[in-house]
Amino acid sequence: MSFLTLEKLSKVYGDFAAARDIDLNVAKGEFVSLLGPSGCGKTTTLQMIAGLIEPTTGTIMLDGSDITREKPNRRGLGIVFQSYALFPHMTVAQNVAFGLEMRKIAKAERDERVKAMLALVHLAAFAERYPRQLSGGQRQRVAIARALVIQPPVLLLDEPLSNLDAKLREEMQFELRRIQQRVGTTTIMVTHDQAEALSISDRVVVMEQGRMTQVDAPYKLYENPATPFISTFVGKMNRLEGIWRKGAAEVAGIALPAEAGGLAEGAAIAVSIRPEKLVLKTPGQGRIDGTIANRFFLGGSWLFTVETAAGAILVSAPNDGEEPAREGAKVALDWAPASLRIEPLAQGAAA
Amino acid sequence: MSVGRSAATPFWLAGPGALLFLGLVVLPLVLTVILSFHVYDHTTGIKNEFTLAHYAAVFSDEYYLGIFWRTLRLAGLTTLICVLIGAPEAYILSRMRDPWRSVFLLVIIGPLLVSVVVRAFGWSMLLGSTGLVNQALQGLGFDSVRLLYTETAIVIALVHVMLPFMVIPVWTALQKLDPMVEAAAWSLGASHFTALRRVVLPQVSLGMLSGSLIVFGLSASAFAIPGLLGGRRLKMAATLVYDEYMHELNWPLGATIAIIVLVANLVIMLAYNRVIETRARKALG
Amino acid sequence: MQKNGPIALLFHTLVVAFVLAPLVVICLVAFTPENTLSIPTTSFSLRWFREIFRHPDFVASFVNSLWLATLAATLSVAISVPAALAIDRYEFPGRDALNALFLSPLIIPHLVLGVAFLRLFALIGATGSFGWLVACHVVVITPYVLRLVMASFTGLDRSAEQAAMTLGASHWTVFRRVTAPMILPGITGGWLLAFINSFDELTMSIFVTSPQTVTLPVRMYMYATESIDPMMAAVSALMIALTAAAMLVLDRAFGLDKILVGQK
Ligand SMILES: Nc1ncnc2c1ncn2[C@@H]1O[C@H](COP(=O)(O)OP(=O)(O)O)[C@@H](O)[C@H]1O
Ligand SMILES: [Mg+2]
Repeated sequence: MSFLTLEKLSKVYGDFAAARDIDLNVAKGEFVSLLGPSGCGKTTTLQMIAGLIEPTTGTIMLDGSDITREKPNRRGLGIVFQSYALFPHMTVAQNVAFGLEMRKIAKAERDERVKAMLALVHLAAFAERYPRQLSGGQRQRVAIARALVIQPPVLLLDEPLSNLDAKLREEMQFELRRIQQRVGTTTIMVTHDQAEALSISDRVVVMEQGRMTQVDAPYKLYENPATPFISTFVGKMNRLEGIWRKGAAEVAGIALPAEAGGLAEGAAIAVSIRPEKLVLKTPGQGRIDGTIANRFFLGGSWLFTVETAAGAILVSAPNDGEEPAREGAKVALDWAPASLRIEPLAQGAAA
Repeated sequence: MSVGRSAATPFWLAGPGALLFLGLVVLPLVLTVILSFHVYDHTTGIKNEFTLAHYAAVFSDEYYLGIFWRTLRLAGLTTLICVLIGAPEAYILSRMRDPWRSVFLLVIIGPLLVSVVVRAFGWSMLLGSTGLVNQALQGLGFDSVRLLYTETAIVIALVHVMLPFMVIPVWTALQKLDPMVEAAAWSLGASHFTALRRVVLPQVSLGMLSGSLIVFGLSASAFAIPGLLGGRRLKMAATLVYDEYMHELNWPLGATIAIIVLVANLVIMLAYNRVIETRARKALG
Repeated sequence: MQKNGPIALLFHTLVVAFVLAPLVVICLVAFTPENTLSIPTTSFSLRWFREIFRHPDFVASFVNSLWLATLAATLSVAISVPAALAIDRYEFPGRDALNALFLSPLIIPHLVLGVAFLRLFALIGATGSFGWLVACHVVVITPYVLRLVMASFTGLDRSAEQAAMTLGASHWTVFRRVTAPMILPGITGGWLLAFINSFDELTMSIFVTSPQTVTLPVRMYMYATESIDPMMAAVSALMIALTAAAMLVLDRAFGLDKILVGQK
């Protein structure tokens, strides 16, 4: 049962479509991320839902009623802006109370709800501060509290964590998910950070140049990317082109064992495999030999670039505490044939 | 880059300018204050004796009090009208798209660079008995009205001259505003009007205040506008000083009035700084 | 999302009409063939522009104002650059006082400055001197120049200077090759703004000019209090044209809104 529905939603500026034919069903209580590179139309889509941008075509349904032409101040949605857009001349408590005031809620109840909300975002001690006296993460939480206190049917977040530094961003991801699960609000978040989208959402919507190209749960998105773009944008991916020959993928004359059905002999194919699905072995023990060109230590794992006859291949190996092979060392690569993804290339695209 | 290491360097750099300003700002002001206490005799001129008579005269004579009152009234009215026109106009400008935004910003504040005499002259042509405004009125079948050499003419021209001084600070304040803050207010259920009143206005109020101060100060000491549009009878403080100096030749009395204008100006500026400080303290909780 | 409604646009149109009305009227009347102040309806004439040249006092005042503004703006820049350098780059006792001193003419009405200069000159016997007139103008316009130059010093990326120094440049070379080019826009903008302010100044000048040193605005004011005829419109139109030209240069080079908004 869909709670929020976008149907054929488009926004066209002149002859440029910032968003095209967006179709999306969001269930009640779901956390959905809009993921895509900068300029792909995420903000445009979100602001159409918010009522800040008028769609060129399409409809927006919320809980069964059409809100496409409703004014933003009548939709009652909670919005967290990328810049937070806090009211700088009001205290934290006044900021959070603003939406309740607009709803003419009596002072006593207002104070109570503001207090409860500030407690939820761990800001009870900062009620009387002004926004400029807060850190980035605290401002972020004020913005969330201000949007949530009105108990909106849907919470919209536009790159809510992009102004924070890496460590704080990670903490706030957990925090955001915790608050969302506690309150149970249907949430749509815009982000260009794939790790963020994967880690906190129930479903991820990938957008490319104004279009939606895949809607899936994070792990499905990761395992079965629908487009070459998604396969490289979401996580790391080795992608080689070759032909199908004698039940194996042949890349640069080297046969790579794989499993695939229904491919004609000599068909042009793309071969892809995630770096963590590859295993390093001693030379001669694997399916293909190569030389380590360089290696990066990432803490939890090592990332190797291995030069092989089929091309440069990224390999990720868990850090087991021992120092692994150095640059220049001869190694072999091994993998389970099932983890090698084979896709037929469109005719003429194989060049 | 530290240009030199000697402690004397800044004094060499700023010294010549500082001397000029001491000699041409501080010294003449002190001399003028002293002058305002000199006795003046209509036959022999300035005497080397001191008196408070000029201040007493200015503060007791109906004639002078009337002119001061007019000066304050017209400057206040000009300020009020400038707020009412300038603040909304700055807001409208800030919501325009480029290139209109830059073009109209130039149109509104560009006249700042055109000589006040020129602008006053333009208004005297528009408002004169055979001027365009009256021609238009007659064309529409109304009686012509006397505009030139009235307080109305002075206020119209003052508003014209002062408007950029109101638009600029409000515009600057609006530029610092996050445009999404207004959208945030709407999303929380505020109407456009409420968002303006509760969210935009408080943030530009300091800009409006500083604009008002500049406008009030400049209007109260304006010279060319009342001189050209007020005629001989409708004097304001500045034209009064000019007459005392150039026609009556009573320099000490002129100096007295000038000093009163200066002190009033400074008092307003100090009061303004007070307001800002209180605001800042309040904002720091 | 952020659009001006019809009422806002109507308001805006009226404000723009109000702002432009006197300037447009001047430029139209300047071309009248009549003897009275009237808007030309049938034909345009340049007779009132020619008339200006039959008034040598106007021409002399114009030339005088040009010289005055050029000298005053140049001297003002010469004072402001080192002063800004001192205030921006050094800690020294009295720094704030010095800054306040340089900016003080902004809060002293020109009327008061004029009266004060007049008193000083009467006492030292300098009335009517062109040199002292220049000095007065320098005092009045320096705050504007100083603010622009200071702004360009503060906005300067100091690391460029440090980079030059690590590459072996001497202090003087760093100033000449790195600092000066970076603050040049501020200086040029300040000069032009100072020039225009000096050229237009009336209230202070009317107290300290003598018949030999009358500036154009003072001459126009005197003339306009006696009589208004289309020649005043012609002179005014010329001044508007000149200002517009200067504005165009300023705008092309630096963005006029930046300079004016910074000026206040
Ligand atoms: N008002 C506008 N006029 C024209 N183009 C716009 C406008 N707003 C956004 N765009 C364009 O639409 C595209 C999508 O913008 P946006 O939704 O902000 O992208 P993002 O995914 O980074 O949030 C961008 O290429 C942007 O340049
Ligand atoms: Mg965006």
